[in-house]
Amino acid sequence: MGTDLMAIDYQERIPNNVDLGNNRTLQRALEHWQPRFLDWWREMGPSDFLDAEVYLRTAISVDQKGWAQFGHVRTPEYRWGIFLAEPEPDRRIGFGDDYGKPVWQQVPGEYRSTLRRLIVTQGDTEPASVEQQRMLGHTCPSLYDLRNLFQVNVEEGRHLWAMVYLLHAYFGRDGREEAEELLARHSGDSDKPRILGTFNEPIEDWLSFYMFTYFTDRDGKYQLKSLAESAFDPLSRTCRFMLTEEAHHMSVGMLGIQRVIQRTLEVMKELKTDDPDAVRKAGAIDLPTVQRYMNFWFSSALDLFGADISSNAATYFATGLKGRPDEAQYEDHIARDATLTLETPNGPEEVALRNAMNEVTRQAYIKDCEVGLRRWNRMIERAGVAFEVKLPSPRFRRAIGSWAGAFVAPDGTRLDEATWRARLPEWIPSEADRTFVKSLQKQVIEPGKMAAWIAPPERGIDGKPVDFEYVRFN
Amino acid sequence: MITFDTSPDKYRHWKLDFDGEVATLALDVDEEAGLQPGYKLKLNSYDLGVDIELHDALQRIRFEHPEVRCVVLTSAKDRMFCAGANIYMLGQSSHAWKVNFCKFTNETRNGIEDSSRHSGLKFLAAVNGTCAGGGYELALACDEILMVDDRSSTVSLPEVPLLGVLPGTGGLTRLVDKRKVRRDLADVFCTTAEGVRADRAKAWRLVDEIAKPADFKARIAERARALAATSDRPADAKGVALTPLRREISGNVWRYDHVEVVLEPEQRSATLTVTGPGDAEPDGLDEILAAGAAWWPLAMARELDDALLLLRVNAAELGTIVLKTRGSVDAVLRIDAALLRHGGNWFVREVAGMLRRTLARFDVTSRSLFAVIEEGSAFAGTLFELALAADRSYMKALDSGANDAPTVALSEANFGLYPMANGLTRLVTRFCGEAPPLPKGERLDAARALDLGLVTFAPDELDWDDEVRLALEERRSLSPDALTGMEANLRFPGPETMETRIFGRLSAWQNWIFNRPNAVGEEGALKLFGSGRKPSFKWERI
Repeated sequence: MGTDLMAIDYQERIPNNVDLGNNRTLQRALEHWQPRFLDWWREMGPSDFLDAEVYLRTAISVDQKGWAQFGHVRTPEYRWGIFLAEPEPDRRIGFGDDYGKPVWQQVPGEYRSTLRRLIVTQGDTEPASVEQQRMLGHTCPSLYDLRNLFQVNVEEGRHLWAMVYLLHAYFGRDGREEAEELLARHSGDSDKPRILGTFNEPIEDWLSFYMFTYFTDRDGKYQLKSLAESAFDPLSRTCRFMLTEEAHHMSVGMLGIQRVIQRTLEVMKELKTDDPDAVRKAGAIDLPTVQRYMNFWFSSALDLFGADISSNAATYFATGLKGRPDEAQYEDHIARDATLTLETPNGPEEVALRNAMNEVTRQAYIKDCEVGLRRWNRMIERAGVAFEVKLPSPRFRRAIGSWAGAFVAPDGTRLDEATWRARLPEWIPSEADRTFVKSLQKQVIEPGKMAAWIAPPERGIDGKPVDFEYVRFN
Repeated sequence: MITFDTSPDKYRHWKLDFDGEVATLALDVDEEAGLQPGYKLKLNSYDLGVDIELHDALQRIRFEHPEVRCVVLTSAKDRMFCAGANIYMLGQSSHAWKVNFCKFTNETRNGIEDSSRHSGLKFLAAVNGTCAGGGYELALACDEILMVDDRSSTVSLPEVPLLGVLPGTGGLTRLVDKRKVRRDLADVFCTTAEGVRADRAKAWRLVDEIAKPADFKARIAERARALAATSDRPADAKGVALTPLRREISGNVWRYDHVEVVLEPEQRSATLTVTGPGDAEPDGLDEILAAGAAWWPLAMARELDDALLLLRVNAAELGTIVLKTRGSVDAVLRIDAALLRHGGNWFVREVAGMLRRTLARFDVTSRSLFAVIEEGSAFAGTLFELALAADRSYMKALDSGANDAPTVALSEANFGLYPMANGLTRLVTRFCGEAPPLPKGERLDAARALDLGLVTFAPDELDWDDEVRLALEERRSLSPDALTGMEANLRFPGPETMETRIFGRLSAWQNWIFNRPNAVGEEGALKLFGSGRKPSFKWERI
């Protein structure tokens, strides 16, 4: 075994900036884990496309040149690396009871299990989304989109690696066990489901995929931004680097939805109609259906932030484990006596700010979601169509928090249960909507060609043309 | 006034379903329905109100459903079994409330084991999701624990690391005592806030079996059937309905059919008087079954139990309970004879169980118990257990020729029907295992009773009033804390059992910790839990 070890060029096989070549503990852990990861990828990843050569971006270092190296690779041969953002000299804890003290380079014993839990919960979502999306390759609307799907998948895989690195490097035997469990749980497997409910739902069509990357991955962004503030420096640095990749996933969502809407507007213009049925007959997705998909995915994503009054959130903040996104923008980083007034179904409730941190993060997320909507609405307006896509009320269709179980319409109106249930099919995709969207899902793999329900992108990847052969089938 | 009255149609937190020999008792806490304002019962956490319903449900199964041989304790919530006692409720509660709450929950869990041991009612905990703290302690009280293995649900006892208190509802004790978890592993388990998943829980003996979610239901049915097969509860008997108790409260008097409580706030005492059976109580089994909940031993036990529970939660400052009886010694002895003669019948066995558990409540009640035996009293057999449970007993000695001189009598029931938490009878416990030869069925006057050591004092007619008055006055002048501690020690001489360790070692340490700044001070862990503020401990080890 010793000779094998010596023979491995770690930097080549596993690009990293954590001195893997000299870290015996980490090597031992990864040698055990990596083959299992590859088995998992072959079984639970995009398993019908393992031979395809995909034009992927690989990070081989964290500097400008190194973080985006492009080339055709088979996904099982992708070089999943381990990268932390460059250390900030003399970084100090930015919030909570230990504000201003030096950040931790090692896990403090008292927070060991809480930190491990946070990392495992974050880590569990990464492979989950790969599993949820594993069948989408069969219905891709273009080679360009297929490539983007795999790029998202390999990067979610790398984010799993990033969390596993932390578990391996800082949490001893327990960390190694948790890393194995991340591969043992599977999305939608009722015997060993993923930790968070939403991540057990399959993503069966590309409209859902764009919605997922726009809304659900954006939750990921905000979780990473909160963890990037952590007093545990290796976690902070890991998350800061992950955020650069997460941005790409959201742009896949942003541009995907934009292209869907663009195509719909073209069809409406051609046919001079705003009748959804006519739009559907012409093979595009009518705007009300797009709106229903948004309502569904936005409301699911809001639940991922947790309860609006949360003792865990308070503890994480107090102890410096998890801050607010962009903590520096706030004036009071200790927030010991501050309060926040939350609107609950029973009226306003004043709660300790620390207990309301999930809600603070959720509000920042909602604001961020609106950016895309403004862009899409400008496009709709320019096309002269009287329609506006809107985010539903954050109280709509919630399963977690004080609005869980309240019957609120997307416009924020409170209704009685019977009315709400009767009207729900107007607000989220009905079976018929889903069947229709699925009926459009036909694989298109001729370079440059697009499915009829989506417009081509304005530009390709890495300066390549849109009709570049982003995926080569063998 | 807090009462313990409820019935299945009023449950807010439990769903009780019957399917032949298996009953399913599923926890489905209504988070808005806490007993007091100020907290929400999130994540299937419980307060006294939830436990009152559990206690009632167990009683219904015992008496109203003799066909049930196995109870499956589970949760109706998805992937969440029970998060234990509600921390915010504990955080806002007074010390006395916490102690009483824990005592009642402890008694309910002991009652589960009591029914398994004595009445053939078996319990299967079907842990379908996260199971923390008091939730796991509830599972520990069952005969078997079956846990879902979904790779993320855990069992845990997070009290020490999260709250700075103990898993005080039997958790620490049952872990090592009942489940024989090795103590170093128990140490790791009890300091790991997040707990352990199913595979390790099985390896460490924290649970008996684990099953994949897809197999879980089938496995529950299988294990429930296996447990039911070990029971001798009858398949074809008709249950006995537990009719609502008649309780009339007027001023300082609580009046039941067979029990009366008079509160004496000025003396900081209460007098509890039990009226013995009438002459018309049935001897034959059919008539006993026909009488059902009206049969004196059951009716009296339910009232006595209720009265004691109400005294505990509603009259904390009445530190002395004076125990009296009235009625006919012979009539009580006849009841005891019937209890013993028909002991093989499920209903009679359950009635004896009810008496056993009620008497056990007296043993762990933090009040001074004085039995006062006067003319017209009926301290015989089952009712003499009250005198034996008391810290002292005073019996009035009249001239031997006097017609109305009070007598006491022992029956077979005193020699094994009502073991205490230590597994011994009150007689054996009283004499520290060195009981003199004791006559059964014989009427004993004060001199005999004193001579045999069955009563503490036997003042004569002239001394009686002053002796009793002085004793009570002296008692109430002493420190209530010291008395509680002293009584709890002296009531349980001799060998320990798991239950005595729960009420002794575990509760005593827990109650101490409940009083310490590290738990309940402004900076204490229990006080600050969930506030987002870190506790600040005083580091000295005591």
